[in-house]
Amino acid sequence: MPDSTPAVQHTGATPLLQTVGLTKRYGTLLANEAVDIDIWPQQIHALLGENGAGKSTLVKTVYGLIQPSEGEMRWQGEQMVLSGPSDARARGIGMVFQHFSLFDNLTVAENVALGLDGKESFKDMSARLEEVSRVYGLPLNPKREVWQLSVGERQRIEIVRALMQNPKFLILDEPTAVLTPQEADQLFIVLDRLKAEGCAILYISHKLAEVKRLCDTATILRDGKKVSTCNPKAETAASLARMMVGGEIGRVKAAANRQTNVPRLVVNDLTLAPDDLHGVRLQHVSFELRGGEILGIAGVAGNGQDELFAALSGERLAQDPDTVVIDGRAAGHLSITQRRKLGAAFVPEERLGHAAAPRMKLSENALLTGHAASGMVQHGFVNTAAMLKTVDRATEAFDVRKARRDPEAASLSGGNLQKFIVGREILRSPAVLVVSQPTWGVDAGAAAVIRQALLDLAASGAAVLVTSQDLDELTEITDRIAVMFHGHLSEPMATVDASREKLGLLMGGSTLEQKEAAHAAGA
Amino acid sequence: MQLVLEKRAERSNAIALISPLIAIGLTLVTMSILFAMLGKNPISALGVYFIDPLVDGYSLQEIAVKATPLVMIAIGLSLCYLANAWNIGAEGQFLIGAVAGSWLAVKTQGTDAGPWVLPAMLLLGAVGGALYGLIPAICKVRFGASEILTSLMLVYVADLLLDYLVRGPWRDPKGFNFPTTAEFDPVATVPVLIEGGRLHLGGVIALVVVAAGAVLLAKTIKGFEIRVVGAAPRAARFGGFNSNQLILLAFAISGALAGMAGIIEVAGPVGHLQPGISPGYGFTAIIVAFLGRLNPIGILIAGLFLALTFIGGEQAQIAMKIPLDVTKVFQGILLFFVLACDSLILYRFKLVFASPKVSRGAH
Repeated sequence: MPDSTPAVQHTGATPLLQTVGLTKRYGTLLANEAVDIDIWPQQIHALLGENGAGKSTLVKTVYGLIQPSEGEMRWQGEQMVLSGPSDARARGIGMVFQHFSLFDNLTVAENVALGLDGKESFKDMSARLEEVSRVYGLPLNPKREVWQLSVGERQRIEIVRALMQNPKFLILDEPTAVLTPQEADQLFIVLDRLKAEGCAILYISHKLAEVKRLCDTATILRDGKKVSTCNPKAETAASLARMMVGGEIGRVKAAANRQTNVPRLVVNDLTLAPDDLHGVRLQHVSFELRGGEILGIAGVAGNGQDELFAALSGERLAQDPDTVVIDGRAAGHLSITQRRKLGAAFVPEERLGHAAAPRMKLSENALLTGHAASGMVQHGFVNTAAMLKTVDRATEAFDVRKARRDPEAASLSGGNLQKFIVGREILRSPAVLVVSQPTWGVDAGAAAVIRQALLDLAASGAAVLVTSQDLDELTEITDRIAVMFHGHLSEPMATVDASREKLGLLMGGSTLEQKEAAHAAGA
Repeated sequence: MQLVLEKRAERSNAIALISPLIAIGLTLVTMSILFAMLGKNPISALGVYFIDPLVDGYSLQEIAVKATPLVMIAIGLSLCYLANAWNIGAEGQFLIGAVAGSWLAVKTQGTDAGPWVLPAMLLLGAVGGALYGLIPAICKVRFGASEILTSLMLVYVADLLLDYLVRGPWRDPKGFNFPTTAEFDPVATVPVLIEGGRLHLGGVIALVVVAAGAVLLAKTIKGFEIRVVGAAPRAARFGGFNSNQLILLAFAISGALAGMAGIIEVAGPVGHLQPGISPGYGFTAIIVAFLGRLNPIGILIAGLFLALTFIGGEQAQIAMKIPLDVTKVFQGILLFFVLACDSLILYRFKLVFASPKVSRGAH
């Protein structure tokens, strides 16, 4: 396949790392098929692709976590076989995972010590930790316990830990997914500096704007195969997306004249203590959501979004019934089943284990939330035909792709399962839909279907509350946006007025008043 | 070359069906080795164990009689295990059911009480077993106490209570000081189905319990709730199902069935209350529940199979002087293989040739 744009010039004759015909097979599934990639020093190389395109498999192979089925890797021109991650680290390959491997109850220094080979004393290591974090502008207090830190700070630990091994090659898996826009800018400065120092960086992301800005080369994977290696700066976001998806993605369309009318979901001064040690306390959360309207809640993960979802769904009950009002009825004291009977529907963030029972059939998962208010249960007996009908309707309306009519939930891909779960709720024609991370880990095609479904639901007069960490998604579908920080919810603002800068500041904890005050002082 | 376990994309229904058979096969191989080590001919020992009881009418009836309590208890246990509640104390619930029902039999002894006595005894047995089963359930729900420990420890309490009653207040005055109650009156006895035979009404009750269990699990919302709570607790809460309530329900049903099995055993084959009314039915039923894949029909088959091991064990002791405890060894090995083979439902074995690790020497 011809490259669409010429890749940039390289320093040196041989690449730092080369994969030649790298193939990984799981049974009959080809996770990677004959992938050739050249990684050069002093370059930030983007790895793009949808979920399931094989990005994770590829980097895990390069980091020694997976053995390739075929093909080989060359390190500075010589064949390299990795027996494990420690082998990779010994050569100077470092990796920062999307999901942190940190112990909440240990300090920063203790966590770093656990990831190193332990040849130096704890005191020397702590001193080096402070030095590395200072030099790279990644401030960390080695003595603090991890559970007290924000997600951005936790990521800093992972990065510093990788930097302390003096890597020649650093892999970052979706590093900005959990950061505010300002924190992401900070990270880019660090990465540019590492690049200037000669380090090679492999950067996995699906945020195309970011990749265009930061990366020198981009390799695009689709269905396990390399589609292209190109210069992202010479491409448009649309052309990159086309290569990732292999076709055009339909843009979502909002209905032209949407009526916002009566309040259908009202939250009044909701304060709720966390039910576990590391949870977040909800503090005086108030908002009003009208029929026909989509309200977005932005914020860095772990700022009380999960707690708010549980309080709205009724998985946790509030003391005062009036704190949550669904369609005019005080519901703070009602169970999730009673709230569903009032016309509310919920889609939690975790698909497997929360929204759906993984090892149960789709029809049973339809019953999971449909038992309260549909014909699926009569006199205590379940109506299998009605359950299957819901599966069929969701399959048809939302293009759920599956091997059989009624497979286990866990056998579906993330995107198809999410379409089923969203479909299951929307088919009940809810008055209020509360949905958390609707397109998390979902391929672009499915994400477009889901976003369109949310817009259509609002157009039909329902109130929709969307919690997401993806600002692009919120900007695309919401009417108003509020930001959650440390259990507080900001005053919602019209989406047209919500600049990334404004949202980013709120996500980082500064209130608008403070900013305006600072602005006034500066002027 | 190495052997690895690889996760399957979806559970294999074919393996789910044959995994108990693989387990039985592996158990038989292990037992043959054991018999050979005991100096017995494995083929004839297995013949005495598993074939002889099946060709004799009396033994066949006896198998059904032994399977009755096993199946009833295991159906209840399967509800607990599906809900992820580990009731290990069915033996105790069985004994308390026997005691509670026997109370009425002892109190009405020699009076001209009518045919209501037996149904009332069965009801008392069920209620007694249910209440006894609720003790560990309440301790779990209310205080977070491990039901595995509490339910097991309550077995010994029940055992000693029964012992006290038949040695003290309920002892038969004409019983030559043996620790037993008097023989129950005919109205307090479970009738036999065939005149002069051993098969009794309890067998029919067990079949009804199997059918009810199958309907409950496959066709009712409560059965679904029990399964979800065990399989995905967070999804169950999201579904609006109250896990504490379901744990109490599962323990109550389980205790009731064990208790009823207890009083049926006492009012049927035994005929009076005495220590040692159970050769460990409550524990063997755990194996029955798992061998039957926690599925009512599977449990019926597994119950008959384990009853066969009891009868075969007795015959092997008589015919070949093989110790009766070998039966318990057999049951233990069987449970071990059943649980081990279950991993094949979600995983498969795979031979991996020439992994890169091996070829590293050539580098």
